[in-house]
Amino acid sequence: MRETFDTSWIIAKREFRAYFATPLAIVFLTIFVASTGAFAFYIGGFFDRGQADLYPFFAYHPWLYLLLVPAVAMRLWAEERKTGTIELLMTLPVSPVEAILGKFFAAWAFIGLALVCTFPMWITVNALGDPDNGVILTSYLGSFLMAGAFLAIGSFVSAMTKNQVIAFILAATIAFLFTMSGFEMVQNAVKTWLPDLVTQAVSSMSVLAHFERITRGVLEAPTLVYFVSMIVFFLFATVLAVEQKKAE
Amino acid sequence: MGALIEAHQLRKNFGDITAVDGISLSVARGEVLGFLGPNGAGKSTTMKMITGFLEPDSGRAVICGHDVQEAPKLAKAKFGYVPEGAPSYSEMTTRAFLAFIAEIRGYRGGEIAKRIDAAVEKTGLAPVLDQTIETLSKGYKRRVGVAQAILHDPPVLVMDEPTDGLDPNQKHHVRELIKAMAAEKAIIISTHILEEVEAVCTRAVVINRGTIVADGTAEDLLHRIRHHGAVSIRVPTERSEAAIRVLQAAKHVAGVETLGKANGHIHIRAFPREGALETADVAAVLRAQQIPIDELYIERGRLDEVFRQITTSDEQKRQTNGEGAAHA
Repeated sequence: MRETFDTSWIIAKREFRAYFATPLAIVFLTIFVASTGAFAFYIGGFFDRGQADLYPFFAYHPWLYLLLVPAVAMRLWAEERKTGTIELLMTLPVSPVEAILGKFFAAWAFIGLALVCTFPMWITVNALGDPDNGVILTSYLGSFLMAGAFLAIGSFVSAMTKNQVIAFILAATIAFLFTMSGFEMVQNAVKTWLPDLVTQAVSSMSVLAHFERITRGVLEAPTLVYFVSMIVFFLFATVLAVEQKKAE
Repeated sequence: MGALIEAHQLRKNFGDITAVDGISLSVARGEVLGFLGPNGAGKSTTMKMITGFLEPDSGRAVICGHDVQEAPKLAKAKFGYVPEGAPSYSEMTTRAFLAFIAEIRGYRGGEIAKRIDAAVEKTGLAPVLDQTIETLSKGYKRRVGVAQAILHDPPVLVMDEPTDGLDPNQKHHVRELIKAMAAEKAIIISTHILEEVEAVCTRAVVINRGTIVADGTAEDLLHRIRHHGAVSIRVPTERSEAAIRVLQAAKHVAGVETLGKANGHIHIRAFPREGALETADVAAVLRAQQIPIDELYIERGRLDEVFRQITTSDEQKRQTNGEGAAHA
């Protein structure tokens, strides 16, 4: 266990630094901070609402994540396979689980850093009024969990293909389906040919519904379980995909 | 301790294609095994199974007593591997990359720098330590690949085409490096460059279409050539008939063949009847007839001739069977 943690940590450190070796990191962080802000002010009507909270800021995170998280995740495994470094990595004394966790946590930490970089929003709202900082903290946590779930999807898709563009598009599509599954449009489509139980199950898979509750300040066990099990499930799928596809 | 590397009946299919079809080999300390074969013969696939990157369909690989599939971490700690093309994280500096490998190999603190220093000294990487790997020349990149493999001074080294694509000086450097380490390690290098076998290997295994077709020293392989030990003679064309006649009559000579004429000379090859044919004997026979000798030497044959001989007969069979090329 300790050894697994150590090895994953070494890999995570390397991966995290790799983001900053190219302009990707700075470009990503800038776009992330700028677009979360822009959505909150221009589309969310941050000022017009006249309320001291960050709801308009967080409300657009799922949609932004649909594009931004797959952009971070796409290189995780596709690049290793394309450059052949996967052969090096997997013949070092590293288990697939350690490698997958290391890479996942590096990417997650990177998104966490992007979230931290949005702190001016928090300062702004505190300067203008007297917000419920508990709700804001919960929302940040929820946003971070949601990013983790999308990342796990991206990690899995990245392990399935050598092509980063395909990895990006597939990850965005799968994440989109999870996001949309609570919408009436999807519900109606499912209802017509599947039993109610399945319809309910599909609805409960909705990222949006869970995230919505968190941004209202309600962080319940089912929501936590939902995001954590999404992460665990897709990371497990990544293990299988890496084992299966590594040599192709 | 016996063999450090053991492979037992390794087998691997990719779809309908059999890439490796029952390869067994063992390499002891002090041996440098040259793994030869045409492209697509299954060299890389075999090495990937020995290093545990690929799981064999059947058979097993054992490194220093640890089964690569059953105890991967123990086995992987015992070898260094240079995959084909020596991949490395190109955005890192040489130093950072080697430090990462050292950490993964379990070194901490001051040991990391010590390990890097030792590997850098052996591979001559000092001038490029703080450059990112993507800016390095092919030769240096390859050395980075070798440096990461020898960083933990492993008893076993597996290198997939370590000199492929390097210039003659770089090739020489890598070979010298392998030779310097050969005594304490068991080493496998794959190559399709035959001079390499004579330059560094103590033994050669030739594989074709996934099976071993020859196993022995370079000298053993050369014995497979039809004209190994034959005597080559060059005499003036006008005396060729006389020369052939006396050679055919000579008691040590089993047969004579004419190889070609050029610049007023004829090139004849005399095959020994049994054992070795001495140049002195051949010269004496010819001189007795006052035939001038322009050139006279014993043929050893060349490894590439052996290589072609043992790998092309199969090649033809494959073509007539209409099968596709085996996976690399």
